[in-house]
Amino acid sequence: MRIVCPFCGERELGEFTYLGDAKPVRPVAGAPEDEVFDYVYLRDNIAGVMEENWYHGGGCRAWLKVTRNTLTHEISLVEPAAGAGARHVVK
Amino acid sequence: MNSSQSHRLTSGGLIDRSAALNFRFDGKSFAGFQGDTLASALVANGVKLVGRSFKYHRPRGILTAGSEEPNALVELRTGARREPNTKATTAELYEGLEAASQNRWPSLRFDVMSINQLFAPIFVAGFYYKTFMWPAKFWEAVYEPAIRRAAGLGRAAGIADPDHYDKAWAHCDVVIAGSGPTGLAAALAAGRTGARVILCEEDFALGGRLLSDGGTIDGLPAAEWLSRTLAELATMPDVRIMTRTTLFGAYDGGTYGAIERVNDHLPSPPEHQVRQRLWRIVAKRCVVAAGAIERPIVFAGNDTPGVMMASAMRSYVIRYAAAPARRVALFTNNEDGWRTVETALGAGLQIAAVIDARHDISPAHRSLASKGGFPVLHGSVSGVDSGKDGVRKIAVSLTGGARAEVEADGLAVSGGWNPAVGLTSYHRGRPKWREDIAAFVPDGAPPGMVAAGAATGSFGLGACLREGFAAGTAAAHDAGRSGSSGSMPVSDDEAFSLTPLWHVAGKGKAFVDQQHDVTASDVELAQREGFESVEHLKRYTTLGMATDQGKTSNVAGLAIMAAVSGRSIPETGTTIYRPPYVPVAIGAFAGHHRDETFHATRLTPSHHWAAEQGAVFVDTGLWKRAQWYPRAGEKDWLESVTREVKAVRSGVGFCDVSTLGKIDVHGPDAGAFLDRVYINTFSNLAVGKARYGLMLREDGLVYDDGTTSRLAEDHYFLTTTTAKAGLVMQHLEFCRQVLFPELDVQLTSISDQWAQFSIAGPKTRDLLKEIVDPAEDLSNEGFPFMGAREVALRGGIKARLFRISFSGEMAFEISVPARYGEAMARNLMLAGKPFGVTPYGTEALGVMRIEKGHVAGPELSGTTTAADLGLGKMMSTKKDFIGRVMAGREALVAPDRQVVVGVKPTDKASRLRSGAHIIPKGQTPGPSNDQGYVTSVCFSPTSDQWIGLALVERGRERIGEIVHAHDPLRGEDYDVELCNPVFYDPDGGRQRG
Ligand SMILES: [Zn+2]
Repeated sequence: MRIVCPFCGERELGEFTYLGDAKPVRPVAGAPEDEVFDYVYLRDNIAGVMEENWYHGGGCRAWLKVTRNTLTHEISLVEPAAGAGARHVVK
Repeated sequence: MNSSQSHRLTSGGLIDRSAALNFRFDGKSFAGFQGDTLASALVANGVKLVGRSFKYHRPRGILTAGSEEPNALVELRTGARREPNTKATTAELYEGLEAASQNRWPSLRFDVMSINQLFAPIFVAGFYYKTFMWPAKFWEAVYEPAIRRAAGLGRAAGIADPDHYDKAWAHCDVVIAGSGPTGLAAALAAGRTGARVILCEEDFALGGRLLSDGGTIDGLPAAEWLSRTLAELATMPDVRIMTRTTLFGAYDGGTYGAIERVNDHLPSPPEHQVRQRLWRIVAKRCVVAAGAIERPIVFAGNDTPGVMMASAMRSYVIRYAAAPARRVALFTNNEDGWRTVETALGAGLQIAAVIDARHDISPAHRSLASKGGFPVLHGSVSGVDSGKDGVRKIAVSLTGGARAEVEADGLAVSGGWNPAVGLTSYHRGRPKWREDIAAFVPDGAPPGMVAAGAATGSFGLGACLREGFAAGTAAAHDAGRSGSSGSMPVSDDEAFSLTPLWHVAGKGKAFVDQQHDVTASDVELAQREGFESVEHLKRYTTLGMATDQGKTSNVAGLAIMAAVSGRSIPETGTTIYRPPYVPVAIGAFAGHHRDETFHATRLTPSHHWAAEQGAVFVDTGLWKRAQWYPRAGEKDWLESVTREVKAVRSGVGFCDVSTLGKIDVHGPDAGAFLDRVYINTFSNLAVGKARYGLMLREDGLVYDDGTTSRLAEDHYFLTTTTAKAGLVMQHLEFCRQVLFPELDVQLTSISDQWAQFSIAGPKTRDLLKEIVDPAEDLSNEGFPFMGAREVALRGGIKARLFRISFSGEMAFEISVPARYGEAMARNLMLAGKPFGVTPYGTEALGVMRIEKGHVAGPELSGTTTAADLGLGKMMSTKKDFIGRVMAGREALVAPDRQVVVGVKPTDKASRLRSGAHIIPKGQTPGPSNDQGYVTSVCFSPTSDQWIGLALVERGRERIGEIVHAHDPLRGEDYDVELCNPVFYDPDGGRQRG
């Protein structure tokens, strides 16, 4: 598999580390335990297109949001995480 | 020396008759020529019996002339280079080659295990499951050893492979699998457009079937067209032709696996060269021109030596000028098989008869038969009578019921052709059935891949050239090359007619899978027993599961299954195709990642100095760390370590701790960021101070720990454990980029940029004064415990100095740019001489941390909470942080959790060992009363006995209790006392002094 890193270009799978589903959003401070439990443990087992977190540890160390079809491994979109990139701070 | 080459034809062949090569097979000497394979050289020497079969130990010969060979497997080479299950049909002959047949004992001609044939009923489909069921204890003692001895192919060398293997990447526009007419036409077309092309050919010679079947292309004899084409391709700088290279797999994103047998054709690789190279080829497009594999017809005795695929017989005669038989019979169900008759007659061989299963035989072939003076029999081969050299007589069932007999010493068989659908099916593609050629053809292919020529079922030479050329042109254009591909090579299309015939009923064993000894009746039995699905059929009978992966057997097997189960062949379907297409040595996948280069080795900045000191090194992850520094006269490691500990506790010592992960955290929100990733607070840490921090995972369990110092308002310096250095960086980047993008903070890994030394002991300050610029105030007031700041060293180098202590002594850690690390070690030795400075290793470091009750890797085990480690009070209740909510779950705050406590044997002379289980005193050890285990132990020079840390249920409430340590692994049982984990200086006066 190959991933086109927005910062480094097309690179081979071995440079990346997979984390998992990029959809769950970390609950805000003070959220009830149930909500945090869902965030930490509950994942959909998606057969098809899903957004995933990948880390370009063998390159620029950016976290990427990769849209991938788990059935075909086709990658349709690669976006940097909101806070990736040297001068990129979301205010 | 037998150099007669009795079956070598007097002329022809792509062999170099001036280059005779001597070789040995089963200890007997033979000769062949450059250009031979081991199989062709054996054929040329009249050797027909080359091995014994897997289950029944039946005599077997050479069936094919390519990588699909099921029978002619040998052990090639000797000693450490001995390679089992090597196909004689692809092994190139070289001077001095040594090969041995497999599965025979004591000899190939007389094999005692062939008695298995008499017990054939027990070796039927599913025999493993049925025969060896009961009694269970017989498995280990009787069945398994017996099966292993009897069934099994060649023997592995059993010693380390002395050769090197390489891994490499290649990138191109178009990769082409196969250099037959299809592949060459594709390469020409793509190459002419200017595309970057890689052409992989598994053979050592280019041309595919052109080398054996000839033909006319562009009005030229095939050989001439071939050399003209290769010459043109050679002028194209961006066309790379790789022979001895099999494209074995198709992976995601246009990545292809290929194995290049760089030096398999030599006795051993030349110096500094690799044996094989594993290629990962990244291509925008792939053209599969892998051709087709001729398929056998299943009939009784079809495994007799001398029975050979018709196309293989042509290859031996034309390409290698070797006659597999003197008097040949042909059994065919299709037009193509007749080519073998023409070839044999052309080479001066006799034709005994043609047995053709079809109703209509072309007038041309009828006249060929009458000219050649041989009969054409309508019918099928129903049995083979073998002599000691294989085929002798062939029994024929004629259409209409009569029987006939044909005398011959060789039988060519053609059941039609199966396109090589492996590569196109590797992404779980299912090939589709084509009725007219009675074969599966690709139905689509992975993205970017297209098949052409015989691989799609287009068997004519003209069609191969057309399809290959078109595919090459399209692939280059798709890859963005717009150049012209010039004119297409042309040839005629031969007629192809076929009447499907898979299995001829008859008496005697009829083999479907010759490598795994699976017979037609095994397939029928599997159906009767309910294993109708092809995936079940495969596993129940082991059909197609041998090293040839059923290249010559799978389709026949499922055709027979279709017939007995009353379904059509497409309804029966195929099994899933998976790479690799040919066996690939594990050594090739490993490449250079073996032995000392299995992984990278990281050396600490002071490594060479430590080696000079005679340090003993220990592997910690990728690092080599000094474990202790033995001195002359010390009898064991314990004596050295004890000396080092005592030297630190009474004087001063130093240790290279550069392996800690080091991360600079910059930015106005650096403090806020650290507050969210640590359980304790860092935003309120004063500039110039350090603080111990603990990180949780989001599930509430402890992840890592370390000290973090604030060097400036917007600059923190964070350390991680050695083991988690990379992972913590990844985790923090995730927090920064994904979870908290609103924070203005940046992380920089500086683990490799800074050398860091721990300097510890009551005389630390004396030593430091010799190193640090005299203007720096190192007094307790000027540099208090947990102080941290940049200092100048004598000579002007800037260093970072931290007053932190892992040992419990008055201690500092000092960081200098890594390039000064070695000089720093030498300087500390020099400046510390008057104070008796002692370098210490990781063992002494560990002893002192256990004496001091500090937790480390064994306690940060991924199952412990902050409270388990005795650090629960660090958890801030005033802020959110990673893991906070989950850490409050019922089970993680349960009062009976196993928590860190100290342990010491009640018998002061007794040794303590990690892993011993803690059991209440007086109880019989068992899972129900297992209350924890000893995590870390050391001999404490300070306590003058073995001490340890343990995770024990309610441990902190039980200080003073005597419990039982049970160590079934080492067979030890002893009593220990639960105690305060801080064995040394519990009120911490020494480190603050
Ligand atoms: Zn990148």
